Amino acid sequence: MSNVQHLYVHLPFCVHRCGYCDFVTVVGRAGEHGSYVDALLAELELEKNVLAAPLETVFVGGGTPTFTELGELRRLLDALPPASEVTVEANPETVTGELASLLEEAGVTRISLGAQSFQPQLLDVLERQAGPDAVRRAFHTLRDVEFDNISLDLLYGIPGQSPADLDADLAEALALAPEHLSYYELEAKPGTRFTHAHGDELGRQAEAMEGYFEQAVETLTGAGYRWYETANFCLAPDRAGGRDLRSHHNLGYWRASDYLGVGIGAVSTVGGVRWRNLPSLRGYLAALGEGVAPPREVEPLDDDTRARERLLLGLRLDEPLPLDAGLAEVIDRSARERLTRGGLIEPGHIGAADSLALTKRGRFLGGGVTVELFADVPE
Amino acid sequence: MDQSRIRNFSIIAHIDHGKSTLADRILQLTDTVADRDMREQLLDSMDLERERGITIKAQAVRVAWKGHQLNLIDTPGHVDFTYEVSRSLQACEGAVLVVDAAQGIEAQTLANAYLAIENSLEIVPIVNKIDLPSADPDAAALEMTTLLGGAPDDVIRVSAKTGLNVDQVLDAIVARIPAPQGDAAAPARAHIFDSSYDQYRGVIAFIRVVDGQFETGSALRAMALGTQFDAEELGFMSPSRVPVKTLEAGEVGYVITGLKDVSALRVGDTLTTRKGAAPAGPLPGYKEVKPMVFAGLFPSDSDDYPDLRDALERLKLNDAALFYEPETSRALGFGFRCGFLGLLHMEIVRERLEREFDLDLIVTAPNVAYRVLERNGDWIEVHNPSEMPVELEEVEEPYIRASIIVPKEYVGTVMELNNERRGTFDHLEYLSPERVHLTYELPLAEVVLDYYDQLKSRTRGYASFDYDLSGFRAGKLVRVDVLVGGEPVDALSLIIHREFAYDRGRLLVEKLRAEIPRQMFDVPIQAAIGSRVIARETVKARRKDVLAKCYGGDISRKRKLLEKQKKGKKRMKQVGGVEVPQEAFLAVLNLDSDRKKS
Repeated sequence: MSNVQHLYVHLPFCVHRCGYCDFVTVVGRAGEHGSYVDALLAELELEKNVLAAPLETVFVGGGTPTFTELGELRRLLDALPPASEVTVEANPETVTGELASLLEEAGVTRISLGAQSFQPQLLDVLERQAGPDAVRRAFHTLRDVEFDNISLDLLYGIPGQSPADLDADLAEALALAPEHLSYYELEAKPGTRFTHAHGDELGRQAEAMEGYFEQAVETLTGAGYRWYETANFCLAPDRAGGRDLRSHHNLGYWRASDYLGVGIGAVSTVGGVRWRNLPSLRGYLAALGEGVAPPREVEPLDDDTRARERLLLGLRLDEPLPLDAGLAEVIDRSARERLTRGGLIEPGHIGAADSLALTKRGRFLGGGVTVELFADVPE
Repeated sequence: MDQSRIRNFSIIAHIDHGKSTLADRILQLTDTVADRDMREQLLDSMDLERERGITIKAQAVRVAWKGHQLNLIDTPGHVDFTYEVSRSLQACEGAVLVVDAAQGIEAQTLANAYLAIENSLEIVPIVNKIDLPSADPDAAALEMTTLLGGAPDDVIRVSAKTGLNVDQVLDAIVARIPAPQGDAAAPARAHIFDSSYDQYRGVIAFIRVVDGQFETGSALRAMALGTQFDAEELGFMSPSRVPVKTLEAGEVGYVITGLKDVSALRVGDTLTTRKGAAPAGPLPGYKEVKPMVFAGLFPSDSDDYPDLRDALERLKLNDAALFYEPETSRALGFGFRCGFLGLLHMEIVRERLEREFDLDLIVTAPNVAYRVLERNGDWIEVHNPSEMPVELEEVEEPYIRASIIVPKEYVGTVMELNNERRGTFDHLEYLSPERVHLTYELPLAEVVLDYYDQLKSRTRGYASFDYDLSGFRAGKLVRVDVLVGGEPVDALSLIIHREFAYDRGRLLVEKLRAEIPRQMFDVPIQAAIGSRVIARETVKARRKDVLAKCYGGDISRKRKLLEKQKKGKKRMKQVGGVEVPQEAFLAVLNLDSDRKKS
């Protein structure tokens, strides 16, 4: 079963943990970068028999992968199996000419740059290390070494953000002409330091967010970007010399393909089983130091659960979701008809029932549409 | 026992005027209950009764005093239970009328006292709580004699709490209340004044033997319904069951019937023996109780429908006044349209269903019974607003004669409230320089929602209120329907005076707009009379409902989040694809208090 096309590699190290962040991160610990890379490669060695050769995509995420000691980062990148799309996440303050060249030489094809905003006061609220100038400088540094597929991450719903701030962020981002943009709603997790500090303002932002979402979609699609996933945009092929600039790694998730994840907190889904490495760095290093798999949570996925996931993921895309027998099993047909009548699902497929696609308004309500479409959910 | 040594009596008192405490003292003073077994309000056996300080079900307890057999037949103290009170009073020759020395006489006490007098009962008036610093026993005694006749000196001053002069009450019961006058030699007849249900022994009837005698094991028959059974056990309460071989003329006791169907025996019916049945026929007093207040009861979870049906069946065993019939609502599914004597009765039934049977209920706004003259000339009775015909000749609604006792400074306030509620002034009299007795004619429909709460809050709790039905009268009534998403919500229809229709309709749709969460589509909410829309609001559609991001590490969590949302939706009621939370069905209940605030 060596057919997994997508590999995720987690590099948890960060110089600072931002208040809103809910990823598995490790602050500092420079001395452990080398042993962590060893462990990553050991885990990869244990699991490599599930991987296809060559791979379609590799995604190195974090944390701040580019905060990893450069020698170790290079050692890792060189050891990873080849793939047509290799993405590395970078934070602006870590991007130097040296790093950019290293990434380019190591065969990285795509950079995802965590900009979040171009407004200094909003970056302060997010506790980001880089200011707006650093974001622009990082972008140009990457362009200078001929990276021709750069994605910017932006956030809306930041405490203190106004519609004018959002317009300014969109304009600044478009001025850089990135190939790809991810535009996320800030998800403040209850109980976090961040939520505690910004509680009331987060409530106000939540009310404003439906406007922000529309504003972002309208502006970006108006500027020639394809809204290909709920939170993701890429230059349309006619603006990109016919290239398909979607993130093919993430398309793998949204099409419910299998994927292997290595590193602490990384999740894999292979052959109807999902597992997640526990987030403890110590436990991870210890296990792989002895050549055994790290501690994991395992979640078996039955057919209906997998089908519900295919629905919730597939409806995020701007391409029709092929309707097979498994999907039909978990979809409430009367809800589908109702949503079609209400203009949220594209008409014309009921009956032959070969695929499911959302209208534009349906895409703004994709989560609610998915819930409606779910047939009875087991207790 | 020889009838001349028997006394049967009730205690009539307002809530908190000390009826249960007096009963407790009587049990102790007559050594019916040892001091060490005494607990507060022994006769109020239901939790609800103790909590609310009211008696819902009559109980009868036998005590001995100076060679006499005294039967205390407890009565419910609330306006809703007039029928039960009258059944209990029918089993007595006298009544002890208790008035709080600090509060004076209250409207309900007055109503029940009049009921006792109508039943030719001898009244033993007492003023209670004379130990309180704020007590004014003379003023209370004067009020009683002004209203009921008699001399203030005959009013016994008592403290049930300390036991002071309770012996005088017992002496007065023996001295003033007449002994039963039945014919001990005649064929047996007994009056059923209460019943309860024991899951092992079936229906237990509480009876007052009028003529002849009943023996354990004898074959019996209920004269009005014709039900036949054997007296498995006879006995009296003291205060627990004490079996005896016979119950004789004048005595009060119980019969264990073994009947498993409570509807086979009705309070108010007459019991006789099958052999040598009484040729005189049944005793007077039996009537079907007619509920006047109706509401739909629906299980929140439609799977609980069979449980609700069983629970209502069980409650009905002990509550002859409870009426129910299956009702199907498009909005709320399968449930029951229930009829109640009044609002307290409804509240008690609902609480018992939720507490004793662990049911989660949606109760629709209460309405009254209407009499409708159809175009074809037929009169029909309508218990449910959604069944009110659109085309009709005439509608009649029940009216009450309301009796309100209030300190004089609140007379204006009460008149204002009554005018708002379409009331017609009838009579005003001063009970004392400070207190006024007002009577009004009011449509019952104006009282069922929140009248009593309003009366209490506007008079700082001083007003007391009672009513009796005074008949049906024609009114300019219209049916207002509520449409959600273009579909009528039957459970929200209401019948209302034409003059108020526009205001209430507008308030109702505003309230519903606030209660119904935004959905994926615009949801119009309309109030309409027939096809004419009188008010409209719109719940605007949500514009965004997406999961922020969803990558490989997020999928399980996000899937579970959506699955949980799905389960949450299943619990909401759907009206034409619109999720309507249960709170929305209660919106109609609070319209008037909102109107007052605004």
